[in-house]
Amino acid sequence: MRSTRASVRHFVRIAAPAARIWPFIGDPTRLTEWFPGIVECRVEGSQRTITTHAGLSMTETLLTNNPLEHRFQYRITTGLVREHLSTIDVLDLGDGTSVVQYSCDADPAPLALMIAGGALDGLRTLQRLVEED
Amino acid sequence: MGRKILFVTTDQQRYDTLGCNGGLLSRTPVVDGLAAQGIRYERAIPQSVVCMPSRATMITGQHPSSHGVWMNGVPLPANAPSVATALHDAGYRTALIGKAHFEPYFDAFGRFLENTLGDHGTTPPGGTHRGFEHLEMATHGVMGTLHYARWIRQHHPEMVGEFFATIDADLEVNAAGGGDTGAPQVKVNQVPREWYHTDWVADRTIAWLDSLTVDEDWFCWMSFPDPHHPWDPPQSEMGRVNWRDVDLPAGYPERASEREALLDAKPRHWRLWYEGSLVSNYEAPPSWVPATLTADQVREVNARNAVEVELIDEALGRVLRAISARGWDDDLDVVVTTDHGELQGDFGLLFKGPYHVDALMRLPLIWRPAPSAGVAPAVVTRPVGLVDLAPTFCAIAGVVPPDEFEGVALPTSSATPRDPVLTEWDSELFGVDVHLRTITHDDLVCTTYLPGTVHDGTEGELYALGDDPLQRENRFEDRSLRTRRDELVDEMRALRPPEQLPRRPLIAPV
Repeated sequence: MRSTRASVRHFVRIAAPAARIWPFIGDPTRLTEWFPGIVECRVEGSQRTITTHAGLSMTETLLTNNPLEHRFQYRITTGLVREHLSTIDVLDLGDGTSVVQYSCDADPAPLALMIAGGALDGLRTLQRLVEED
Repeated sequence: MGRKILFVTTDQQRYDTLGCNGGLLSRTPVVDGLAAQGIRYERAIPQSVVCMPSRATMITGQHPSSHGVWMNGVPLPANAPSVATALHDAGYRTALIGKAHFEPYFDAFGRFLENTLGDHGTTPPGGTHRGFEHLEMATHGVMGTLHYARWIRQHHPEMVGEFFATIDADLEVNAAGGGDTGAPQVKVNQVPREWYHTDWVADRTIAWLDSLTVDEDWFCWMSFPDPHHPWDPPQSEMGRVNWRDVDLPAGYPERASEREALLDAKPRHWRLWYEGSLVSNYEAPPSWVPATLTADQVREVNARNAVEVELIDEALGRVLRAISARGWDDDLDVVVTTDHGELQGDFGLLFKGPYHVDALMRLPLIWRPAPSAGVAPAVVTRPVGLVDLAPTFCAIAGVVPPDEFEGVALPTSSATPRDPVLTEWDSELFGVDVHLRTITHDDLVCTTYLPGTVHDGTEGELYALGDDPLQRENRFEDRSLRTRRDELVDEMRALRPPEQLPRRPLIAPV
């Protein structure tokens, strides 16, 4: 029997320094610009509430928003989620490009695949937004 | 006017569930009749034994290594080659009614049209999706956003609880048991037959056909979700087959010691799954241990499966009568098949996974060519693949198949030389990976393994189907077959299309 918890990771390399990418990540209200299927996003203090295209509403707790380390972390705290932590890291490679990595740890395990799968589309959108800017 | 094409698929149906293939449990007079008038294929083989890759092969005419849907949960790109596009571009009206599954079901963010179209109707934005101008979708349950689920919840909400919940609280395939024996994925379902998805698919197909003018050519993919688990057919129909009277299948060794000896002669993952210590894929309940499967559970699952097969046969009969009433008989081609098989007790196992044996690999395939084409009835014994379907539909329609298609139109007799057929398995889920490459050449089936979680890449399976129709004896290391085995492996490597790299990411469990 496999674990009910899983960890899934995706990344893209974007032709821009971290400073150009970070505003999309570090401003939690800008999620709708790059994460697919999120039609509404409200932030009050450390709480973010999103509504998906499928009509799901999820409450998240914002944990880390570090513009120096370029790290953003949040937890989904509602629905079927027993445990969740998503981490977005923007790693400046120093050559005018950056790696943006989305890591998702979740219980139940299939949730990690779903959230990170959605995020991968988001990373690609982010890449387009930044590189076409 | 040209030929009309009714493409009928089921989900997870074994070869031996049809009367025309020697099955004794289900009565399937409609398909048997089509087989008698047309071509019955005795060794039709999928290019993958799970839904999404196999269905992607049907629509693209490509192997999984080419279309890139290497496991469930990897979406087929919307611009992938599509036989429906080729036919639509040639003037055919096109529809897909029932189970599509080219895109993941687990779609919390509503990214895939299959899951969102129900919000808007049955016509995709832009006019077509994968070449289909009309899509009405269903799957095995009544949850989610597909058309059938919405229809049940809107018109018969009291029935929602009757259906088996296919996914559990862990978002895994539900291991809950029911019925008389507690078999997994079994539930007594009081839904009236008329509201069950099998009849719904037929109803919606007839409605779409009725919307066409009589002189239009059409391609309709009618895709039944059954007899894939859960085994929860309408209880009103269960009197057709009493599970207590069902013989155990030839592939089910009743003694545990015999089962285990057979499994131990195969690569390790067989036995490891049987005893519950390795779950390599999402398609079976991870909390269910196959070693707990009882003979009575096998009987009950097979009885319920047989009822579902009969309901499909009757639904198809109803659709064919509606087509006849439109005066299309003489120009109608009917192709009946499925995406992959079901273990259904073989080797003491249920469901599916990385197991390239007849239970999962030998499929029903019937092609009843249009009577106007004058094709003589035949039985084709040589292996053919689902990859050959898309070029067959093009040939029927007189359309040049797109260059990307890899299959060849199905033969109408065994005299036609054919390449051997390839099947692939790749799964990489939660840190466990399994990779199989298989070639079927006449009556030899040879599987090699790539390195993975429990394989070092030297393992293999070789079955001589003529001598060993139940694939009990793995002859991969048999010295008397060594030269032939090596030839098969070389042939497989030569025929296999180059893999598209980088691999498309896995973005959902299914």
